[in-house]
Amino acid sequence: MTTMTDPPGQGFRLSQLIYDTRYRSLTIQVVAMVLLMLLFSWLVSNTIHNLQNLGKDFDFGFLTQPSGYDINQRLIEYNSQMTHGRAALVGILNTILVAFLGCALATVLGVVAGVLRLSNNWLVSRLMSVYVEGFRNVPLLLWIVLIFALMTESTPAPRAFRGDDATASMLFDAIAVTNRGVYTPAIHFGTPFFANGFFNWLVVILVLGASLYAIRRLHHWATERQEATGDRPTTWYFTLGLLILPTAILMVLMSAYLNLPELKGFNFGGGIHLRNSLIALWLALSLYTGAFIAEIVRGGILAVSKGQTEAAYALGLRPSTTMNLVILPQALRVIIPPLISQFLNLTKNSSLAIAVGYMDVRSTLGGITINQTGRELEGMLLLGLFYLVLSLLISGAMNIYNASVKLKER
Amino acid sequence: MKKTVILGALTVAGLAAGAASAGTLDDVKARGKLNCGVSTGLTGFSAPDANGVWQGFDVAVCRAVAAAVLGDPMAVDFVPTTGQTRFTALASGEIDLLARNTTWTFSRDVDLKFEFVGVNYYDGQGFMVPKELGVSSAKELDGATVCIQTGTTTELNLADFFRVNNISYEPVPIETNAEAQQQYLAGACDVYTTDASGLAATRASFEAPGDHVILPEIISKEPLGPLVRHGDNEWGDIARWTLNALIAAEEYGVTSANIAELSAAPGNNPEINRLLGTEGELGAMLGLEADWAKKAIMANGNYGEVFEKTIGENTPIGLSRGLNAQWTEGGLLYSPPFR
Repeated sequence: MTTMTDPPGQGFRLSQLIYDTRYRSLTIQVVAMVLLMLLFSWLVSNTIHNLQNLGKDFDFGFLTQPSGYDINQRLIEYNSQMTHGRAALVGILNTILVAFLGCALATVLGVVAGVLRLSNNWLVSRLMSVYVEGFRNVPLLLWIVLIFALMTESTPAPRAFRGDDATASMLFDAIAVTNRGVYTPAIHFGTPFFANGFFNWLVVILVLGASLYAIRRLHHWATERQEATGDRPTTWYFTLGLLILPTAILMVLMSAYLNLPELKGFNFGGGIHLRNSLIALWLALSLYTGAFIAEIVRGGILAVSKGQTEAAYALGLRPSTTMNLVILPQALRVIIPPLISQFLNLTKNSSLAIAVGYMDVRSTLGGITINQTGRELEGMLLLGLFYLVLSLLISGAMNIYNASVKLKER
Repeated sequence: MKKTVILGALTVAGLAAGAASAGTLDDVKARGKLNCGVSTGLTGFSAPDANGVWQGFDVAVCRAVAAAVLGDPMAVDFVPTTGQTRFTALASGEIDLLARNTTWTFSRDVDLKFEFVGVNYYDGQGFMVPKELGVSSAKELDGATVCIQTGTTTELNLADFFRVNNISYEPVPIETNAEAQQQYLAGACDVYTTDASGLAATRASFEAPGDHVILPEIISKEPLGPLVRHGDNEWGDIARWTLNALIAAEEYGVTSANIAELSAAPGNNPEINRLLGTEGELGAMLGLEADWAKKAIMANGNYGEVFEKTIGENTPIGLSRGLNAQWTEGGLLYSPPFR
């Protein structure tokens, strides 16, 4: 009887794929991958099969067909003779408009409410709690519909402004609040530089941006001067002049004038028409998301250790300076990442616009176009793609900002 | 081995999904219920009554088809659809029949792949305005704010009408008739436009119908009819001939009052005999029982009875027959012969 001293055979057995820990995870991954691909191929083949059954093809040609419908709020030129693609673009711009306005207002509301909720004033902090809990815990759609209903039911119709015994009047003779929206004065140019209004405004924005940059340089110079001499030069009148004068000169050059809304026929004409659908959607999105942002801000501030505040006080900093220079910069690191997802939420929630007839991309491309052309699959894919790209752009931009405020490890 | 089973299961699932849409008649019979798409509520055409039972002109078509196929006019599951969701609901198989004052157009028939089985109401698009506006013609509506249901042909007609007449308007898109009504009454729009029948039905539900006028212009042809999916011709035939049976019954004077008597034994009129199944094999040709048309007519009465009961001159909606009278009385209703 001899003892076996040889090591066991090195041959690979199939059972090793499951029982050998060296291979098991790989096996599981391969199987999962195969199953996933099978699922996808089944989804695709099922789609093709069903499309064939319905006698439909997959074709984006409808985007170049005339749309045939009108859109009330257009940021670019559009009429019913233009294409479905153009209508989709009008909707996309409307979505971006309300998302941008909403993100801006929600941030302001959120930061204010978040800071005030930490206030030592019992009334203020309780009021903010009511706001946060009220808006956070009621579905957004209800807020949209509620605000829209309030605005259409409680404000006067344009014809109430008419006649000698008008029951409604304009604020400062310039702003008309009606049940079809708010009409505000608009700035028009008598002698514009460009025929296209967009470029004129671009010039104005560029000049304003240059002014702001100059003001920043001025403050920089003042700080340097202060550090060198201990004396800060008075700059406020330079700041004011830099801010106002260039833009004012530009306005005079283009002979800007105020175009006041006035009653014409059935509606107000002239001025800027902020439709109720836009205002309702904007306010509801901002108030709703603002409640979430308030909690994020509160959490961010609480995450900064109390020792930081005490240390700042010990150095003799005032509470406002402590907040601005010590607490908020550190809190931002905690605030920004969840803030990004709130912005994304707000953007995607703007697709509830159809509830109040706001013509966003969901209502144009994803609504009327799909309905008139019967291209559900193509339209929905495009719609999904648009929201995906927009979300990625927003989170990309916010990630860059996040990188600039996060803790720099050296 | 395992993979083969999964593949096999997937194949079967795929085939089953394919087969499910093959025979709507068999599906309906197996289910014992007809899934019928109607509007989300338009008085007179399709709206639930105080007891929650759907009533109306379009609902009657659903009930007649259910009666013809299943023998029970109440065996209908009503699926409320909006202007936007109706076509997807039908194309996806969620509903078997769509009876929701839907306009028969070329592109819906050909491009959207639907089969209109006939016209149950000849309509046209009109405008309703408050009387106090003092408007007497649609051409005076320059600059007006117009409430419009999205996803409808009226939306396209409206754009065309204002463009052709070179006047401007502000569209306010609305999802359902109820929302439109609320917006219009709140004064958020000056004008409400939809099919003239829909306007009449909406106005009838107002507190003070007299304060609103329907302008004389009818700016489009809106032949409204029930529709089914393209490709299932047997099911399409059933829906088409059920509608024709209701129309023919009125023409031949078959009413819910005398139908029992007429169908008891073959009478003098061979057309009525074939219609009611006392002669010939028309029911079998459709894959239904011989008395299918009798059941369909007994569900709500013939076309004229349905019209009078739901939207006729004695109802609050008060629509006259007009174009929707029998051809023998100067209207457009004309059923092909039952033979």
